[in-house]
Amino acid sequence: MVEKSIEEINRRIKEDNVNVVTAEEMAGIVGELGAKEAAKEVDVVTTGTFGAMCSSGVWLNFGHSEPPMKMNKVFLNGVEAYSGVAAVDAFIGAGQLSETEGFDYGGAHVIEDLIRGKSIDLHATSYGTDCYPRKTLDTTLNIYDLNQAIMINPRNGYQKYNVATNGINRTIYTYMGSLLPNYGNVTYSGAGVLSPLSNDPDYQTIGVGTPIFLGGAKGHIIGEGTQHSPETNFGTLMLRGDLKDMSADYIRAANFHEYGTSLYVGMGIPIPILNEQLAQSTAVTDKDVVTNVLDYGVPSRDRPVIRKVNYEELRSGSIEINGKDTPTSSMSSFKKSREIAEELKKWVAAGDFFVNTPSQRLPAKATCKPMRQTTRNPLVQDIMAKDVVVIDENATFHEAAKMIMENTFSHLPVVSEDGKLVGIVTAWDISKAVAETGCNYVKDIMTKKVLTSNATDPIDIAARNLDMKEVSAMPVIDKDRYVIGIITSNDISKLFARRR
Amino acid sequence: MMIKISISSNVIGEPILAESIIETRTALNISQAHFDSTYGEIIAEVETDDFKAIRKALESKGAEVTVLDHPIVRDEEECVECGACISVCPGHVFSFDEEWGIVQDIEKCIQCGTCIKMCPHRALSLEK
Repeated sequence: MVEKSIEEINRRIKEDNVNVVTAEEMAGIVGELGAKEAAKEVDVVTTGTFGAMCSSGVWLNFGHSEPPMKMNKVFLNGVEAYSGVAAVDAFIGAGQLSETEGFDYGGAHVIEDLIRGKSIDLHATSYGTDCYPRKTLDTTLNIYDLNQAIMINPRNGYQKYNVATNGINRTIYTYMGSLLPNYGNVTYSGAGVLSPLSNDPDYQTIGVGTPIFLGGAKGHIIGEGTQHSPETNFGTLMLRGDLKDMSADYIRAANFHEYGTSLYVGMGIPIPILNEQLAQSTAVTDKDVVTNVLDYGVPSRDRPVIRKVNYEELRSGSIEINGKDTPTSSMSSFKKSREIAEELKKWVAAGDFFVNTPSQRLPAKATCKPMRQTTRNPLVQDIMAKDVVVIDENATFHEAAKMIMENTFSHLPVVSEDGKLVGIVTAWDISKAVAETGCNYVKDIMTKKVLTSNATDPIDIAARNLDMKEVSAMPVIDKDRYVIGIITSNDISKLFARRR
Repeated sequence: MMIKISISSNVIGEPILAESIIETRTALNISQAHFDSTYGEIIAEVETDDFKAIRKALESKGAEVTVLDHPIVRDEEECVECGACISVCPGHVFSFDEEWGIVQDIEKCIQCGTCIKMCPHRALSLEK
């Protein structure tokens, strides 16, 4: 049994004879020497990760103005910061978008601009009180003008993350990047072999008060992160660091097309090798970190799992999806993750950085619950018209015109002989048929690519589809393509009108 | 070299591409093609020696030919070398080197711009 104490390791750091290696190197050392010998040899293993961490932000204290003000609404370069606390404190979150520039600029950019020492326009409003009479304020300031700029990230350093692909027939734009149609590509995030939490999955050394590398500066773990779910191997961390000491090499604003802004955060944790078990857990490889490939084409909280995959497969450049070789993209930077683990290694080796015993262990038993919803989402079946009239594809367009006139619908789903949906005709298609020659039957004039809906789809999904495809009605079909109803943008407008 | 052939609606029904290939006996290596009732666009590779002839043939039949000589530019300051661009590029322009840095084979770029939307750091652009 090899047992080492934190004091012993810190003494070696101080005396300049500590043996510190990166988690990537450790995998090789344990492979060669075995866990027991490796535990004797190695004192500290450094980890690193650099990826999009939306759940990040900075607490700012501006100092008091003259006359003083209790800031009620705060905007930094047009990006709102939360100020529902004391007079001149505000939290700028990475994902908040600019009021004027939208997707192009957000809280993440304000944070990067602060680190770079750039000037930021501050606009604040208030209702005015006896103690804080001022009602509006405009000024320009930079990071050096602030009393504090403390990064507090509610959820960082995911142990691993879901892998994204897309089974529908159009490109979708997500926080996992562009996902090409029909499983055209795969995107993933996470440092695998270097992932901090995958190297200490039992939270033996990582806990409250653990000193870390955060954004190029020394920071700390302040607890488990939100959505911490160690039981499913999706542990997370809440982190703190001083933005004034950070570098834009390790904190970068990002824009995800048609999604929004996020912050790339560079983070690394040193793991003291106190025993064999830690030597073994820090020998984790890309192959050992297994995650799920999910179909992001399904707009639900519970996305279907397409397959299981490990980080070695992901990093090979392609994985097999439904029998097809599919290219992969990493959304996090392995090169930067490596740089961070190397940098942290240098800090420890130089005697600048010590390890400690957590003042409190992180919960090893917890899972992340879905939301409790007390109002039911209306579904397509709740508002669709069920008395839908359909027309046979072999009917003439005169018959179709007659049917539209006799009924109130302006859309006629077209069915084949066996009653299955094959197209749709509108009054417009009929006018076109009248104007042009050679189109006598419904099947000649119908639109064959019909946008459809399922009865159990939430209304929000149907509304988004109608809006994106710029159509005003969708037939509702069952799994055999029989038409069971029709939903129109008018039905949805009425539903919302009634709500108000 | 990579070229873009644009075919407008007035000639879209004509077999101008086939005719031009037969006429000039040029091997056009088509890497992307898009056609609908209003517009056609083809991205193809052609030997530099054959370019003049095929351009002349295509243009005489009403197509427009553009040389794709402004490939994608990567801003190395903004780029964090994540590799997001790799899987979306139809031309396989981007790949990792042994150190997990990004390398690019600009010759393969068809200037489609797909990678520009993908890049989380706005490091990619098409300079005209």
